[in-house]
Amino acid sequence: MSAPNKSYDPVEVEALKPEEIERMRDEALAAFAAADSLDALQAAKVAHAGGTSPLSLANREIGALPPQAKAEAGKRVGQARAAVGRGLAARQTELEAERDARVLVEEAVDVTLPYDRTPAGARHPLTTIMERVADVFVSMGYEVAEGPEAEVEWFNFDALNFVPDHPARQMQDTFFVEGPEGTSGDESGVVLRTHTSPVQARALLDREPPVYIVCPGRVYRTDELDATHTPVFHQIELLAVDEGLTMADLKGTLDHMVKALFGPDMKTRLRPNYFPFTEPSAEMDMVCYVCRGESVGNPDRPCRTCGSEGWIELGGCGMVNPRVLTACGVDPEKYSGFAFGFGIERMLMFRHNVEDMRDMVEGDVRFTRPFGMEI
Amino acid sequence: MRVPLSWLREYVDLPAAATGRDVQEKLVGVGLEVETVEQLGADLKGPLVVGQVLTIEELTEFKKPIRFCTVDVGQANGTDEPQEIVCGARNFAVGDKVVVVLPGAVLPGGFAISARKTYGKKSHGMICSGDELGMGDDGSGGIIVLPPEHEVGTDAIELLELVDEVLDIAVTPDRGYCLSMRGVARETATAYGLPLRDPALIDVPGPNAHGYQVEVSDPVGCDRFTARTVTGLNPEAHSPIWLKRRLQKAGMRPISLAVDITNYVMLELGQPLHAYDRSRLEGAIGVRRAEQGEKITTLEGAKRVLDAADLVITDERGPIGLAGVMGGAHTEIADAEPDPETGEVKGTTDVVIEAAHFDQLSIARTARRHKLSSEASKRFERGVDPEATSAAAQRTVDLLVLLAGGTAEAGVTEVVAPTAPRTITIPADHPDKVAGVAYGRETVVRRLQQVGCDVYGQDALTVTVPSWRPDLTDPNDLAEEVIRLEGYENLPSTLPSAPEGMGLTQRQRTHRRVGIALAGAGYVEALNYPFIGEHVFDELLLDAEDSNRRVVKLVNPLSDEEPALRTTILPGLLAALRRNDSRGSHDLALFETGTVFHPREEQRTAVRLPVDRRPTEEELAGLDEALPYQWRNVAVVLTGAREQAGWWGKGRPADWADAVEAARVVARETGVELTVRKGQYGPWHPGRCAELVVVTEGPERSEKVAGYAGELHPRVIKALGLPARTCAMELELDALVTDAVLQAPRISTFPVATQDVALVVDADVPAVEVEAALREGAGELLESLRLFDVFTGEQLGEGKKSLAYALRFRAADRTLTVDEASAARDAAAALAGERTGAVVRGA
Repeated sequence: MSAPNKSYDPVEVEALKPEEIERMRDEALAAFAAADSLDALQAAKVAHAGGTSPLSLANREIGALPPQAKAEAGKRVGQARAAVGRGLAARQTELEAERDARVLVEEAVDVTLPYDRTPAGARHPLTTIMERVADVFVSMGYEVAEGPEAEVEWFNFDALNFVPDHPARQMQDTFFVEGPEGTSGDESGVVLRTHTSPVQARALLDREPPVYIVCPGRVYRTDELDATHTPVFHQIELLAVDEGLTMADLKGTLDHMVKALFGPDMKTRLRPNYFPFTEPSAEMDMVCYVCRGESVGNPDRPCRTCGSEGWIELGGCGMVNPRVLTACGVDPEKYSGFAFGFGIERMLMFRHNVEDMRDMVEGDVRFTRPFGMEI
Repeated sequence: MRVPLSWLREYVDLPAAATGRDVQEKLVGVGLEVETVEQLGADLKGPLVVGQVLTIEELTEFKKPIRFCTVDVGQANGTDEPQEIVCGARNFAVGDKVVVVLPGAVLPGGFAISARKTYGKKSHGMICSGDELGMGDDGSGGIIVLPPEHEVGTDAIELLELVDEVLDIAVTPDRGYCLSMRGVARETATAYGLPLRDPALIDVPGPNAHGYQVEVSDPVGCDRFTARTVTGLNPEAHSPIWLKRRLQKAGMRPISLAVDITNYVMLELGQPLHAYDRSRLEGAIGVRRAEQGEKITTLEGAKRVLDAADLVITDERGPIGLAGVMGGAHTEIADAEPDPETGEVKGTTDVVIEAAHFDQLSIARTARRHKLSSEASKRFERGVDPEATSAAAQRTVDLLVLLAGGTAEAGVTEVVAPTAPRTITIPADHPDKVAGVAYGRETVVRRLQQVGCDVYGQDALTVTVPSWRPDLTDPNDLAEEVIRLEGYENLPSTLPSAPEGMGLTQRQRTHRRVGIALAGAGYVEALNYPFIGEHVFDELLLDAEDSNRRVVKLVNPLSDEEPALRTTILPGLLAALRRNDSRGSHDLALFETGTVFHPREEQRTAVRLPVDRRPTEEELAGLDEALPYQWRNVAVVLTGAREQAGWWGKGRPADWADAVEAARVVARETGVELTVRKGQYGPWHPGRCAELVVVTEGPERSEKVAGYAGELHPRVIKALGLPARTCAMELELDALVTDAVLQAPRISTFPVATQDVALVVDADVPAVEVEAALREGAGELLESLRLFDVFTGEQLGEGKKSLAYALRFRAADRTLTVDEASAARDAAAALAGERTGAVVRGA
């Protein structure tokens, strides 16, 4: 390279003339704007911002300028190159955005296509509704107790104050289990439990009061299967034994249960009834879940669920008969308790408008699947 | 118990405007289950009058004989002319009084009456039968013929009491006294706060020595026996309309005057009665237990062989009645029948009335033993007022005298076993404590008195319960009486706080989680009956000695085809699969968790323990030893597509691997390690059966075969009519429940080193054994191992397979070098080679 020529006039270098620099810049920007694809922009970039682009070539000329001209020319070229760089970047961003948007459009699918590759499973609604009821009580501090389905008569009847030959004991149509060889008929003393109440007695023998338990389970009676009966069905039993429990406590507990299961505006009603294992005993009704009582005296809106009575019979309850406490080794002078039991099938029927008991029994997947995992 | 409102009003002065619905509500409030209120004659409209048949013209040209009658209905038709009526019934004659419905009337069921042409004549109304008037069967078999004393033109709606309301009450076993008008009236009076006219409070002559001789040799079975005699009954006397109507409304059929009267008094007072034809009695009446094998023919004609525990009524010749259940045919009241020669009506003229009280249990057992439930036994089983026998006998005598023209003999027999009235002592605030309400002593005493109790004392009340309430035995019984009369609806609602609970047990949580996991894996839960027939074990190809063949059997199964309880869930679950398949669902995955029942090696019977104390631990253990073993199994069955074909590509049929995977799903939820081995068991395809083993590690390592999974045996599929290739898994769920607490893995943040290895082994080497050897051989650096390919082909040679594994190595404290990872892989392959003959492929 030659020594700086102090008399060198920058204006004389054609490529470094201000209007030339401006032209190069503008051509570059125009080329970027004209590029309609990232590929075209790449070509324009090579042409106008690459190493052999006019501005780059002009930039090389600066070195040949005299020192006093270098700064000015350098500044002019630098600004132009910066403008070109910004223009390129802006266009790059624009085109990338366009491309991205186009790709998203191209990748669009029909999201309404059905997808049943693996069919859904489901738990039986009787199972989930039992768990749901149990959970209401578990959240109150109750524990879930269980007992055997093949049960000795003593637990199923005697301990619950069903004395031999009591009419109530005949009311129960019981499956008897065959005894050992050489015995006949019902001598085994073993039955398929007719209710979940024997778990009460087992729990009282197993635990020290206070006892607060809920017992869901399968029970058996010799009814033929039809639209409203099944020989194998499910119950939930509730038992609380503590010092000073009253019927008002029973009522409050039932009120809480129906509110938790059926909504905050639910109400219960107790009607006197008779059960050997409770005294006093009551039948528990709740406001009809379907018509909320509005069908009563309203012939235009009859309710099939409650027969326009406004109430649904839910189950039997009462204060644990002190004789039951005695048989289970609990001092009735010190402790009192209440118990409640009801049928799960019936609750499922009115809560979910099931019309035929057989649907719950036959295991048809079309019935069970819609209930899913929870209820 | 059916209670006509009109009859009830005889004992309680109910408000005139009170409807059956009103009374129902009040009675429900005090604890009587009034199921329905029947509206009799609600849509009935007159004119309906008494008429007298003037002429009968027999019309014979029709298929059945028809009568064209003229009937005098007085002024009822507005003309005073006889009414012309066509009638198809034949049980009446000229001069008879009948019930005539005139045009413009409406009969029950909305049946409008108008003059109409029939059988060639114009009929201006109808001569009515009991059925047409909604009265029920009166035994006449035709139209109603009224007693002659009723005047022509009288309104028959009123005469026949056709408009009424009847409460139908389901009486619970403890409230036997409500199987009577007297009992229901007492509850009604209390519910309304009105006085009761007790129909049992009538003058009764004292016993004397002149009555019919009665010898009670079992005073426990029969603690009271009243006998009265009425003579000179007119056999032609009929039950008056009011008597028949009350019986009909109460649901009983009128039979004959004497029988109707005993039934009427039973309905009124709740005391079952029996009337013997005195001319057919021989000697003294006795009450004793039957001799084993003694025979009797009861009223309805059944010959019965008696048990030594049956209580019987006898005369000199032997049993004449099953006490408290049903009388014998031999001493029955004779129906009035005209003598075919003289025309004189003959029938029973002298009767002996029995009003007795029998032991509840004894009657219940006899009724059950002979499968004979009568109105009498129903009442005795639930408890009858022993103090009402003489009143009931007196009432019967009075009605026989009044209605049948009889004469009461002066003799009054009463055999009474002395009993003390029952008293219960309770603290005056006992009902308050039971209810959680401060009723106060005054209320408690008043309510108990309303029930019929005598009450003495201040803080401690001595309560003598009324004779008609044998159910009141315990303090809580008295509390219930107070609380129900004060109204259950008035009980406050308080929520007791249970002590802090422990939540669900591990077993309960496991059962839930397994259900959730299987449903999540696409299985639908089915809850099947546990009843099976033993033939299914043959269909399932179980060995003769298979323990599942030992079953618990029912004495009284619903179906003789299925008398046993299941030892395996599969039969029921496979039936559900078949049912779904036949209904058009062919891609199925079902599961069930449920109890199976296995008899103990040594069976014993359960002793009936006393209930007046806690049983001893030995006694309780004895009870449980009488029970079969019961535990919970889980099972799945699959058929059809496990994955559907669709726009995404091909589907996949359910196969053995899905069944085995279901077992792993279950095991994952329980936290128990389940080892899968090649197995062979009855229902499963011998080449496609996995044995599921629970291995318990530790100082005493144990193994338990907990179940099987795989494809079912083709013969099982054929025998049970299942879709081809049906797969199944069954596992003893309770064997998988564990309290073990998972120990958290240590997570290394150093990089992973991956190595693949393909091993060639004999085709019959189980992959699980190769994998176990690899794991052991790879040592501590192995983080995970996965079989990613199984390959068979010619290049491997006959009877060989290639298993390709991806091994991931990682150290806790450093980055592994390639050499370290390779060395570990080689060690793994070497041990696999040693154990299973595996050769590294391509080595």
